[in-house]
Amino acid sequence: MSTLHTVNKSPFERNSLDTCLTVAATDSTVLMYEDGVAGALQNTSASSAISDAMGQGVKFAVLGEDLDARGLSSDRVMDGISVVDYAGFVQLAADHDNVQSWL
Amino acid sequence: MKFSIQVNEGPYTHQAADTAYQFTKAALENGHEIFRVFFYHDGVNNGTMYGVPPQDDRNVQSLWSELAEQHELDLVVCVAAAQRRGIMDEDESKRHGKGASNIAPGFRISGLGQLIEAGIESDRLMVFGD
Amino acid sequence: MTEKTFVYLNRKAPYGSVYALESLEVVLIGAAFEQNVKLIFIDDGVYQLTKGQKTDGIGMKNFSPTFSALGDYDVNQIYVDEQSLKDRGLTMDDLQALTYEDEDDDWAEKNSMHLVNREQIAELIGDADVLLNF
Repeated sequence: MSTLHTVNKSPFERNSLDTCLTVAATDSTVLMYEDGVAGALQNTSASSAISDAMGQGVKFAVLGEDLDARGLSSDRVMDGISVVDYAGFVQLAADHDNVQSWL
Repeated sequence: MKFSIQVNEGPYTHQAADTAYQFTKAALENGHEIFRVFFYHDGVNNGTMYGVPPQDDRNVQSLWSELAEQHELDLVVCVAAAQRRGIMDEDESKRHGKGASNIAPGFRISGLGQLIEAGIESDRLMVFGD
Repeated sequence: MTEKTFVYLNRKAPYGSVYALESLEVVLIGAAFEQNVKLIFIDDGVYQLTKGQKTDGIGMKNFSPTFSALGDYDVNQIYVDEQSLKDRGLTMDDLQALTYEDEDDDWAEKNSMHLVNREQIAELIGDADVLLNF
């Protein structure tokens, strides 16, 4: 079973991303959207936890529309995180067995 | 694939309702089926017809109604959550002795069992909230 | 009817917002559908289960006694995250002891509560068919 985890809150405001990363298993994907996109940027205090999870086989994606809305260029997204649109979000949900929203 | 969508927040305060709408629209455009959209917590406020946002802003309630009309969506507002927050159809309004109904076109009021049924009948349940 | 595994993942404290109460309402209604139901309490969700809640002073209804009725609805798989308790200076002794009567074992009273680590929570999430998040 693989899970799509979604995180919609900034890691600088809430612990959703932190908790999510402690339970995200290999072959699962973490999608960051809404204010959660802040977690996907390079050189933040969240970056090392994300790199560690990548090393364990967790995949990452970020919603491009939410980056654009916040004036955050996709050039600033960490290597290894794919930028997807809403159709890509739908596809990720379809490609995994279930979806856990870290609200 | 068959999706159901749960919306836990009202329009305008949080982005959740907008994201849920964009996700639902993208799913339909990509050939998926939406079994049901279930509005819970403050999400029931997506179902009022009395929202009048400024002209240069999107009207979230109308967007749902329009999408429902185009795709015959089943938009369900939770009755218990709706009663707490004053969202009523004509029957509910009469039963509680209120003057008028305010439910938007394309929405219907029903029980929480509809959410459980959506979980059982759909391949994926997406939850959008705060 | 198809039986699916429904996992309710509760991450929010009671009273400060309505999510905890309205989540419990879904669990109670959902019990009638005879699905395999599991509840996880993690992060601030563990505060929902504390003993001795008194809400008279804030003018809101105390819904914590409802948790002790879950066993009667065959909701008896309740998982509490150990790390979340520890982070908050709490132990299982601070929480209500939820039990159920096992009809397959001469109605013996059994414990519904299980203390779990993050690895076990990962498994619970992985095994779920439907995840409800409040």
